[in-house]
Amino acid sequence: MRSGAAFFEIDRLSKRFGGLVALDEVSFSVREGEIYTIIGPNGAGKTTIFNLISLIYPASSGTIRFCGEDLLGRSPEQVARLGIGRTFQNIELFAQASVLQNLLIGRHVHVPKNPLAEMFFTPAVRRRELESRRAVEEVIDFLALQAYRDAVVAGLPYGVRKVVELARALCTRPRLLLLDEPSSGLNVEETEDMAYWIQDIRDELGITVLMVEHDMSLVSRVSDRVLAVNFGKVIAHGTPAEVQSHPDVVAAYLGH
Amino acid sequence: MIDAAQLLISGAAIGCIYALIALGFVLIYKATEVVNFAQGDVMMLAAFVAFSFASLLDLGFWASLPLAILVMAVFGAAFDRVLLRPIIGMPTFSAVMITLAAGFAMRGIASMIPGWGTDTHSFKAPWSDEVIRMGPVIVSTDHLAILAVTALLCVGLYLFFKGTRVGMAMQAASQNQLAAYYMGIPVRSINTLIWAIAASVAALAAVLLAPITFVHNNMGFIGIKAFPAAVVGGFGSIPGAIVGGLIIGWVEAFAGFYLPEGFKDVAAYVVVLLVLVIRPSGIFGQMRRKKV
Amino acid sequence: MRFIFKTRYEQDLQFFKDVPTACSYALLGAALLAAPWVVSEYYQTQLVFVFIYGIVGFGLMLLAGFTGQMSMGHAAFLAIGAYAEAYFQARGMPFVVSAPLAMLLSAAAGVAIGLPALRLSGLYLAIATLAFGFIVEEVLARWESVTGGNGGMMVAPLKLFGGTLNSSWGFYYLCLVLVVLVGVAMVNLLRSPTGRALIAIRDSEISAQSMGVHLARFKTLSFAFSAAITGLAGALYAHQIKFLSPEQFTVLVSIEFLMMVVIGGLGSLHGAIFGAMFIILLPEAISTAKDYLPDAVADQTGLKATLFGIIMILFVVFEPRGLYGTWVKVHAYFSLFPLYKRGMFRRQRAYTRSERVH
Repeated sequence: MRSGAAFFEIDRLSKRFGGLVALDEVSFSVREGEIYTIIGPNGAGKTTIFNLISLIYPASSGTIRFCGEDLLGRSPEQVARLGIGRTFQNIELFAQASVLQNLLIGRHVHVPKNPLAEMFFTPAVRRRELESRRAVEEVIDFLALQAYRDAVVAGLPYGVRKVVELARALCTRPRLLLLDEPSSGLNVEETEDMAYWIQDIRDELGITVLMVEHDMSLVSRVSDRVLAVNFGKVIAHGTPAEVQSHPDVVAAYLGH
Repeated sequence: MIDAAQLLISGAAIGCIYALIALGFVLIYKATEVVNFAQGDVMMLAAFVAFSFASLLDLGFWASLPLAILVMAVFGAAFDRVLLRPIIGMPTFSAVMITLAAGFAMRGIASMIPGWGTDTHSFKAPWSDEVIRMGPVIVSTDHLAILAVTALLCVGLYLFFKGTRVGMAMQAASQNQLAAYYMGIPVRSINTLIWAIAASVAALAAVLLAPITFVHNNMGFIGIKAFPAAVVGGFGSIPGAIVGGLIIGWVEAFAGFYLPEGFKDVAAYVVVLLVLVIRPSGIFGQMRRKKV
Repeated sequence: MRFIFKTRYEQDLQFFKDVPTACSYALLGAALLAAPWVVSEYYQTQLVFVFIYGIVGFGLMLLAGFTGQMSMGHAAFLAIGAYAEAYFQARGMPFVVSAPLAMLLSAAAGVAIGLPALRLSGLYLAIATLAFGFIVEEVLARWESVTGGNGGMMVAPLKLFGGTLNSSWGFYYLCLVLVVLVGVAMVNLLRSPTGRALIAIRDSEISAQSMGVHLARFKTLSFAFSAAITGLAGALYAHQIKFLSPEQFTVLVSIEFLMMVVIGGLGSLHGAIFGAMFIILLPEAISTAKDYLPDAVADQTGLKATLFGIIMILFVVFEPRGLYGTWVKVHAYFSLFPLYKRGMFRRQRAYTRSERVH
């Protein structure tokens, strides 16, 4: 990382879908090792920010920089290679595969892929498979997924699938983790667990977390800093307490 | 110069046949996101049905036409009701496989029906086998009939979709099935109706085409070229089906005349591959994007 | 009911799940090895066809079943492999040289259609492969200097290393060895990073990309390997049939292959073999049943197509997982007896929501 360069920064990012302005010159930066949350009403453009970072569609203007590397203009699979992992709002797991297979895919950027050697399952391939298996098991331990290891994802309850989605992102060994509404659809206990895990991800694994979230108690509990957006524009940023008491934010949520 | 004019007309005529078949499965696709790979074979059945009424039962052309359309409409509705309704909720791949399989079954059954079989039968319209002179250009009446009927049908369908509640309901159901259900739209009945309409269009195409190509078991293969037509025009767009059909018809006509032998048969497929590489959504097509 | 209690990671990597499974396959292998001594020449030939179509099934399964790329022109790869093999053998090359070359040519064709198809999915991909199939069929018919055009092409007797392999049981063992090799290679590929990347592409391209899977590279790879495997089947097919003509490789044949793997069970390797068995057994069953059917029905060539279509529809509606799915259910029934429940394998319904952005 170049000295002086911010860990992750977004500068005047904009996105237009035809005539609709989804994001209007959004700028913020994330420090290494913090948990940074983006809040805002539905349709404010939060997931759009994530989709732009993951390069699912191109930005209309602005820059995204990760450790000094410019993301725009790269291809989506390079984003993972650079060390950015993400979860999806609507859970994009591989439904017909087992949890284990889903997690192993997370190792994709860390293993060489040599189809001809794999067809013969050479000792080198075998060795790398065992390594991957071991690495994935660490994540399974971290998120207590042992009971579901061989279960087919399609048959699992929603709460478990969200955890598997998180596990899979962790298997990519990211330096920056994008969490898209980690608590949506979870009950109180599951949200509790999620809060602990997000903190552990920062404290034990040293991963920086950029999160989109609706659940305000979760936001205040785990976030170091918060950014509030509405109608594609930044309306407040700062500590959770500052943002939640900001008049524009209150107005946006209560609709004055 | 005269050749070009002749080719324009004959190309447009065959293009309209492609367009009519493409219209059938675009209607179905728009409503249900199912691709009916058996549309050509539905046309083949329609031709045999019309032939049966006209020749085997000796009812003549003008009685057979509406009867054939009616029979095929019922067939189309039954097809949806019996084969496709049970699999609502399964991935559309399943529905596609069913239509592929149905095509096989239809060809097989048609070849086993006495009086039909694998022979070639003749079916003529009252205006068939005549020519009309328009200046230096000679036009066959069969071709003219195809052009005229296609144009009329387009107008009729346009009015139907824009002007009637059923048409609007069809559009709603095609965009979001679950929401349409909740709105009280009888989605399954609408789908059946669409299938009936598509089968009727195929019947119309059959009656127009049969005087030219005769009625035989493999008649439906012409329907495969309707897919390139629909893609070129923009899959999911009704005007696209027509425009695409015309384009393919013209490409074939001109390729057959000016290029060496064999190019005519693959012209449609080369064109569609080019379109798919350069602009998959075709001329009038819609962009697809998955929302995450 | 067997419960496998694992204590080491190595157990996850085993080729066979457990000892009884390995034993069943060993028995199957022994039966197939012994077959030429036990069964008549006719059934031996049928088995050879099962092996050949099984290899085609493996190839198509890799592309359609595991990578999710629908291919409606797969007979083109079979044709390229077959004609290439005939061409090279006619020039005196032994099988160990001509077959890999045929596979390479098929792979090249796979890349030729795979590259333009990269941005396409679902219906558009299907139509692109359909168009490809037609074009190859036409090229085969027109390129008379190489393929003999519509008049067809004779295939020289198989030369394995140097000497001619004249015996039918020699060819039987060659096909058996090859189908086993391809099957093992496929199993290995699918439990390795590349295989998982392909499955990821099938299930969710977007999240596969966010895991770092290079879509273009792996889709092209899948096309290439699938085509190469099918090309190998084509090379064997050429020697079995001994006479090639473009009518053997029409788009209808491609669609039959697609139906074959769906009936067998899309998404499983067993499905390829089950599908191959079905496609060979169907005409057999019809000829056996001929004695009991009225002549008018039994004599028809249309009967096979009709039954094929109807059975396919029945499977899609009632048993979407195909013959392999039925096998798994039957197996589960007996191993769980009496605890088997009918809803065990039921899947959730999803409703279509148009992905078109209006």
